[in-house]
Amino acid sequence: MNLNGIRAIYAFEMNRTRRTLMQSVVSPVLSTSLYFIVFGTAIGSRMGDIDGVSYGAFIIPGLLMLSLLSESISNASFGIFFPKFSGTIYEVLSAPVSPLEIVAGYVGAAATKSLIIGALILLTARLFVDYSIAHPVWMLAFLLLTALTFSLFGFIIGVWANDFQQLQVIPLMVITPLTFLGGAFYSINMLPEPWHTLTLFNPVVYLINGFRWAFYGVADVHMGLSLGMTLMFLLICLTAVWWIFRTGYRIKP
Amino acid sequence: MQPIIQIQGVSKTYASGFTALKSIDLEIRRGEIFALLGPNGAGKTTLISIICGIVNASSGRVLADGVDIVDDYRQARRLIGLVPQELTTDAFESVWDTVSFSRGLFGKPANPAYIEKVLRQLSLWDKRHSKMLALSGGMKRRVMIAKALSHEPSILFLDEPTAGVDVELRRDMWEMVRGLRENGVTVILTTHYIEEAEEMADRIGVINRGELILVEEKQALMQQLGQKQLHLILQTPLETLPDALRRYNLSLSDDGSQLTYTFDAHQDTSGIAELLRSLTEQGIDLKDLQSKQSSLEEIFVSLVHNPENSQ
Repeated sequence: MNLNGIRAIYAFEMNRTRRTLMQSVVSPVLSTSLYFIVFGTAIGSRMGDIDGVSYGAFIIPGLLMLSLLSESISNASFGIFFPKFSGTIYEVLSAPVSPLEIVAGYVGAAATKSLIIGALILLTARLFVDYSIAHPVWMLAFLLLTALTFSLFGFIIGVWANDFQQLQVIPLMVITPLTFLGGAFYSINMLPEPWHTLTLFNPVVYLINGFRWAFYGVADVHMGLSLGMTLMFLLICLTAVWWIFRTGYRIKP
Repeated sequence: MQPIIQIQGVSKTYASGFTALKSIDLEIRRGEIFALLGPNGAGKTTLISIICGIVNASSGRVLADGVDIVDDYRQARRLIGLVPQELTTDAFESVWDTVSFSRGLFGKPANPAYIEKVLRQLSLWDKRHSKMLALSGGMKRRVMIAKALSHEPSILFLDEPTAGVDVELRRDMWEMVRGLRENGVTVILTTHYIEEAEEMADRIGVINRGELILVEEKQALMQQLGQKQLHLILQTPLETLPDALRRYNLSLSDDGSQLTYTFDAHQDTSGIAELLRSLTEQGIDLKDLQSKQSSLEEIFVSLVHNPENSQ
């Protein structure tokens, strides 16, 4: 096990975060806070409770998930895409590090950064909205699992992307719409048919609801199903990463 | 002694169908400086990239210090440092950080004293806090070398180390490579500067269109280089070479108008004076004469265009 190698990649990525603090940490926290002000404090006060939870508090898990997903993906995808793009990946490929260690370094750093942002968002939300956490251990588990899974997913996108446009297309065109339509701002039980059934095919529904259950003990789908779906997505991502390194797909001619 | 690198039947065909290497066999001796010469696109970088693990070989295998570079990649790669041809660096990292990163990546614990030593050797110490984007091309090249040396490799690959580098830095680099060799590091460099190979290498390999067409001790090549020719243009053409001149290394042109005398420029006496006396005794008058020495560059060009010459 090349622990020094993992540490080097991890530290390199965390340094990059430090260098771009405004863009990588402050910006997502600020934009999520704007949602809390608009939907939580301003409009939320005029809206009724959902499942016995005030609207301002109801949207916290969804908003947190929105940030977590997009930040995990963009951090990890950029982390591996840029060395590939600039050519500095030669050094990682020629070093005595295993694929697992490379992934641990890049994905570990991306997930850490997402967790930091998640914690900051939770703290910031406190300024605007009153909320409680019913199952703090499960909340942390979901937070960790989601950050890890979507950092892995971001790593795959970073390997797949051939240019900056492709790097952006999945987070912007797929993840953001799925999150908005996955019940971040509403309970999917409020949707009429066939939209309610259709929404159940949106995997983000299970992530948001698992998280919401951890906060308030209520959700649109069973918590076990949410956990199962998250774990299944993690498994799919792990398999894809294993395949990438086995075949050298887009990183090793 | 076991060669430090054994390349056995290595070939590479890219997904595009382009064959970059055709079954290369080569052994690199421990502690030597080996220069791989070849024109652009000959396969030099592909061969190096395969040994370093950046490109997968289509067939064949490579052993580094007796260890398979694929099966035992950890052990093999720890031995190897690579300075790539392109100046690919992270623009926003400082010199110190990027060199320290390389050391960690190769599994070595932090050692600021060693990094300092490397940076001082390469005249980079004053620039240690500078960001890569603020450095000149020559300085970046030095940083690439520092990165490759950061994990104390025993084999160093330098892919076109002096491409686009000024004369002073080139001399510095040659000095540094000699210093590394004195410390037991095996150096493999690719170049298309003949002068560089001539200056530094113990052995020279010539690669062209994916084939290794010659591997030779530099001294042996220099022997060829040392062969000088004296062309004697005759006043009156000869039908045959007179018997009295057969003891000289002479050849007569087809039309009989020119004699070519081949001699070793490194010998104390060339034999020219004696030959000229013999020619006078035979009553052969000269119209003109000229001497010519073949350069390594000419040998190289003739090999690349006419591979049978290597046989």
